[in-house]
Amino acid sequence: MNEYVVLSAILFTIGSVGVLTRRNAIVVFMCVELMLNASNLALVAFAKQSGNLDGQVAAFFVMVVAAAEVVVGLAIIMTIFRTRRSASVDDASLLKY
Amino acid sequence: MTVFWVSAPIMVLAALGLLVARKAVHAALLLAVVMVGLSGLYLSLNAPFLALVQVAVYMGAILMLFLFVLMLVGVDASDSVVETIRGQRLMAVLAGLLLGAIFVIGLAQASFGVVVGLDDANADGNIQGIANLLFGRYVFGFEATSALLITAAVGAMVLAHRERLEPKATQADLAARRMQDYAASGKHPGNLPTPGVFARHNAVDTPALLPDGTAAEGSVSRVLAARGTVRSAPAMADDIAGIEKQLGQAPHAGRDQSAPATTEEEAPTT
Repeated sequence: MNEYVVLSAILFTIGSVGVLTRRNAIVVFMCVELMLNASNLALVAFAKQSGNLDGQVAAFFVMVVAAAEVVVGLAIIMTIFRTRRSASVDDASLLKY
Repeated sequence: MTVFWVSAPIMVLAALGLLVARKAVHAALLLAVVMVGLSGLYLSLNAPFLALVQVAVYMGAILMLFLFVLMLVGVDASDSVVETIRGQRLMAVLAGLLLGAIFVIGLAQASFGVVVGLDDANADGNIQGIANLLFGRYVFGFEATSALLITAAVGAMVLAHRERLEPKATQADLAARRMQDYAASGKHPGNLPTPGVFARHNAVDTPALLPDGTAAEGSVSRVLAARGTVRSAPAMADDIAGIEKQLGQAPHAGRDQSAPATTEEEAPTT
């Protein structure tokens, strides 16, 4: 049991470092998906440990919400790309003083 | 357990590769590796439904969405190395290492109690068990997520919609524009040749040869030309010289004979 949770924590950490480090908006999004997947793994592992399927249902809901989030997020990135011609997170800086 | 110890290092390596991959498409493929590994782990954790949903939803839908948007946005866009906040990358990596160390040390020493296992909950089958919960205790959340999905689909349509700013150019407008270009610069006003008229080969990286042996410019995609993976036209024109020799004519002077032949086409034996 411990090993599944430790693996989930490692994947989550790698995803969070990716969100902080990468510049391409789509790769940042992929690292967010990695973090969501890591938490899904922890949920399913705890479902096995506690003996009921609530963890798996929660993981199912996380997957659905992640799908909806990816749809809207990628549509936003595409809209920004159409006007700014760049997918870099550094270029969306109009609100900077 | 062997499933875990085989796939866990592969997943961690793929996730680290996702961190440092220069091209976004490589990052997407490494994420697919992580998701396949996760699907295997779900199978080993007695969650077959979730394993298949992971493959179908995450890899079949979400990763395909990522790849489509990558194709739209540009596959050759790579991260700039210039930092807008100084030292951000180094501090992010250090903070990540610290967080990872805290997680691993803390969780490795935690004891989670006896693993009850899912044999009782899966007594009727995993899918029946999940269905009992999903349409029983969590039915309100189920309906709320269906509303969320409808909202997401409508939102994507609204965001991706393009309003036409000027009236659409009709056939008459296009024909008039072509005639004006011909009058101004002599550009050919007719159609381009249909695909395959001058083609020498089926492959997309092989340019079509014009009748005098030079490569036609528009016959290979811009992306391939930018990457430099186009096959050389003079090498393919070698067999034209061979056939002309067979027919007893002098080789045509318009071709560049100094390019070395590729090994793709065999030298014709006279």
